[in-house]
Amino acid sequence: MNSSQQKHEAAVSNSTESVLPNGPGAAAILSAGIGCFLLSVFAVIADASKPAAKFFTFYVPTGPLSGVTTTAIFLWLVTWLVLARLWHHRTLPFAKINIVAFAFLFLGILLTFPPFADLLLGK
Amino acid sequence: MEISSRALVTQVHGMLFGVFFLLLVFGMVVELCRSSFTSQPSQLSAKGLSLQRFYLVFTAVVGWFAVLTGAYIVYPWYRAIPPATANLANYPQALLKSSPTTAGWHSLGMEWKEHVAWFAVIAITMAACVLIQYGRAIRQHPQMRKAVHGFVVVAFLSAMVAGLFGAMLNKHAPVRGGTIHQLMQERR
Repeated sequence: MNSSQQKHEAAVSNSTESVLPNGPGAAAILSAGIGCFLLSVFAVIADASKPAAKFFTFYVPTGPLSGVTTTAIFLWLVTWLVLARLWHHRTLPFAKINIVAFAFLFLGILLTFPPFADLLLGK
Repeated sequence: MEISSRALVTQVHGMLFGVFFLLLVFGMVVELCRSSFTSQPSQLSAKGLSLQRFYLVFTAVVGWFAVLTGAYIVYPWYRAIPPATANLANYPQALLKSSPTTAGWHSLGMEWKEHVAWFAVIAITMAACVLIQYGRAIRQHPQMRKAVHGFVVVAFLSAMVAGLFGAMLNKHAPVRGGTIHQLMQERR
């Protein structure tokens, strides 16, 4: 690579660095937390009720897991798309976004842990 | 030396996609930790940046292959309901649940693994997109960088839980059946 190309790349890189707001990143991180949380909530609901388990059975051989994960993934992607559009040019208080995203993630992990889910469902 | 088609697919799911995904995510954890302690951001060439992007996308793709083959190919064999007089050895979930000494591998191991593994791919897909979109500019957003690090570490731990329980489940109640493939024949 010659020096003019390097200068051009550095200029592009610098301009990208100065222009990019944190909104798109915040949308990705928050929606990932929400997606994990939704997946665990759907899993608990499918475990708790037979009609819900039937509803979530999109593919019979896999059972309710197919609907639980497909619905959660779909809602995660929709949330990501919506937030990314809303926050495309915005700069947000990232510390607050992180707190909310990690709270969702933590709750999601807790709800997928079978002893906790069983305790919640009184099993 | 022979292997059944179901055992082979289970190995591809766990040992190829699963373990490879775990290694790739560990690579991301190491690189993100290393980059946190460098005073100067790495000056990758255009080819280096392309390789970095390829690594991130490849990691996410391998993760998706791992969860999708697990949920839609191996899991149906695992959870198949045996007929009344069937040999439970061919029905892993029923086999595990038939004894109180092994039931926990299903009620804790599989129940946790089948959900938490998806967290890993969600987190890695998000991390790959953010790291590709922001590139070096992410150092201007330290909170965002911390969040991405956190999610990647959670992804690694989730993949570890899934991998560990997957290996233990396959040890206690291996997925069997399907066509038998002869890999090698011993000469006598």
